[in-house]
Amino acid sequence: MCRCRWILALPDDRKQSGQSPRAGFLSRLRAKLNAKAGWLGQDLRDFVPGGRIDEDTLEELEARLVMADVGVSATSRIIAALEKRLVRRELGDVDALRAGLRQTLLDILEPVERPLVPDSSQGPFVVLMVGVNGAGKTTTIGKLARRFLSEGRTVMLAAGDTFRAAAVEQLQAWGERNRVPVIAQQPGADPAAVIFDAYEAARARGIDVLLADTAGRLQNQQGLMDELTKIKRVLARKEPTAPQEIMLVLDAGLGQNALSQAEKFNDALGVTGITVTKLDGSAKGGILLAIADRLAIPVRFIGIGEAAEDMQTFCATEYVDALLDGRTANREGAHS
Amino acid sequence: MFENLSGRLKEALGNITGKGRLTEANIKDTLRQVRLALLEADVALPVAKAFIERVRERAVGEQVAASLTPGQALIKIIHGELIALLGGDAVELDLKARPPVVILLAGLQGAGKTTTAAKLARRLQEKNKKRVMLVSVDVHRPAAILQLEKLAAEIGALHCASSADEEPVRIVERALAEVRQSHADVLIVDTAGRLHVDEDMMDEVVAVHGAARPHETLFVVDAMAGQDAVNAAREFDERLPLTGMVLTKADGDAKGGVALSVREVTGKPIRYLGVGEKTEALEVFHPDRMASRILGMGDVLSLVEEIEGKVDRDKADKLARKLRKGRSFDLADLRDQLEQMLSMGGLAAMLDKLPLPGGVNASALKSDAGEKQIRRQIGIINSMTPGERRHPKTINGSRKRRIAEGAGLPVQDVNRLLKQHLTMEKMMKKMSRGGMKKLLRGLPPGGVPPGLG
Repeated sequence: MCRCRWILALPDDRKQSGQSPRAGFLSRLRAKLNAKAGWLGQDLRDFVPGGRIDEDTLEELEARLVMADVGVSATSRIIAALEKRLVRRELGDVDALRAGLRQTLLDILEPVERPLVPDSSQGPFVVLMVGVNGAGKTTTIGKLARRFLSEGRTVMLAAGDTFRAAAVEQLQAWGERNRVPVIAQQPGADPAAVIFDAYEAARARGIDVLLADTAGRLQNQQGLMDELTKIKRVLARKEPTAPQEIMLVLDAGLGQNALSQAEKFNDALGVTGITVTKLDGSAKGGILLAIADRLAIPVRFIGIGEAAEDMQTFCATEYVDALLDGRTANREGAHS
Repeated sequence: MFENLSGRLKEALGNITGKGRLTEANIKDTLRQVRLALLEADVALPVAKAFIERVRERAVGEQVAASLTPGQALIKIIHGELIALLGGDAVELDLKARPPVVILLAGLQGAGKTTTAAKLARRLQEKNKKRVMLVSVDVHRPAAILQLEKLAAEIGALHCASSADEEPVRIVERALAEVRQSHADVLIVDTAGRLHVDEDMMDEVVAVHGAARPHETLFVVDAMAGQDAVNAAREFDERLPLTGMVLTKADGDAKGGVALSVREVTGKPIRYLGVGEKTEALEVFHPDRMASRILGMGDVLSLVEEIEGKVDRDKADKLARKLRKGRSFDLADLRDQLEQMLSMGGLAAMLDKLPLPGGVNASALKSDAGEKQIRRQIGIINSMTPGERRHPKTINGSRKRRIAEGAGLPVQDVNRLLKQHLTMEKMMKKMSRGGMKKLLRGLPPGGVPPGLG
């Protein structure tokens, strides 16, 4: 299932020169998810005194999951799955518990591991970025632009956030950095018109990927959600399959409201992919599990830092192993 | 989800038996539900645990007042503890210092610092009549400085220009000189968003803080933030330290449990709520409202308010007096009633408390009587002239069309509202012959919901 299992075969992926960027990303992900008072940062062993797995162990694990923003209902389901294993006496020691937990988390996350592969054979592949205010849409566009360029695709940006002051200039700065064209209009312009124009321009110039920014909006603001459906409608008039990707950007620091965001954006637009940003804080992004458990929307990318290389395709095993394997991080220090 | 929790909680409350005294045994189940509700609202787990422990200590052995059920008594304790934890009364910024008073905003990326800077400036200009200067030391995010400059122009605040090649500390020093020269009262310093685990960036904000020597240092935090927000708040507080907090994006549907967490961890008051995209959308934080929201139980908590006599008796009494004097229940009165209902979490919440006759389909009523519907009705009444509100009979066809246009709704909606009002008016007239005041007291706050008359 996972296309990145080879990475796990790498010996000990600490920061070494000469390793592949992907492996470097994994070790950084691991270190970051377990930095400071990490989730399982002190390792599973530490809260299994004597190595006996019992109800208390699971209760402690339950607390850890909740503190990672997995949410009450997804956590209950995970713990219930482990309880079944416990009853069947499959959780004899810490390693069995780790394996059981790993498998349970993977069962939830593997179905949503579906990387984005833009198909530009029918004209520009349009990625419409949506999300609440401050999720990191514009920054993600900057990083994705770099990524698609490095894959040999041509990229154009559309400044669809015509509301926030200087949002256009922010996107233009990313355009300059990546040397890609940015289609923009004056502040207050109709975002649907801006993106439509950008689509026309992209098609005329034979561009592969059009990354369309939109203003941040809270999912309960119906008028603003309607604005997004209008963008979708207007684009579809030109090309029925566009926008091919409607990408919801979620901040890893979000709590249970992320579920409401995923649900409401999905209801309004049909979200086709999720990108999780800012996983480099001490937040664990457990909302990923909550959302995967409920909605099964593909998770495309996760971001763990400022650099463009810090945005990588989501891989369930990587993420789960980074969460579970606290030992690397402990050895590397970062202990508060 | 929220309905579930609120439902489960109510069930648990109903199950508290053994009237007279709260015991460890009879509150256990309820406290478990409250704990879950807190966690679902993103209250940090350690904070939720400590909170439940405090409630348990206060509750066990508590004598239940004769007028209350044990469940109500427990809710009263929970509500009280929540408010106490959130900080009692609203605390506004302390501006009583020698000008220029410096306010520094700090927080994670995307929390809403720049927008908050503009909102705060506007508020201080309009409410406190201060001359405000804004400066951005965000040399990291592209166009962040330009964003603040544009916002400053929009609200008519002074702006100290800065550029992305400058050192943040240098910018602050220059801004301090400039603000003195321009005799502005307040300087608001907007910093770059940063993660609390990023050592270099934390050092930078400490340096900026040292140079600015702010009178107020506000931590800007997203109301939608999860469990990890406490770690960020703690780190910022240890490094800076903070004097208060601003909770942003509170107009979303997040329950905002983070308010409880950051307050508990830092002990600093939450000063403002950001409640919208526009620069005027900044409100003073009210702990009691937040308490209701976090538990997501406006209806249950309003029962407590009833107990505590906090219900808006004044308006009810006024209406009762008016009706006794033989004057009719006009559209302005209806608006008062609707507004009270809104503040109580809408009709749906109230319906749950009303003993409905068997044949009434409560869920059908609810879908029709949501908060949106009430807001629309208020909108219609707001589109009328005071004369029309007092004398609904004068509203003819052309007036109806004008009102409908003003409210942005079809004329049918206006007709429906007028008909509803007529029914209620008739009912009120009937009641006013009997002991109106007594009757109102027996009803839930907000009086009779329209449509049930």
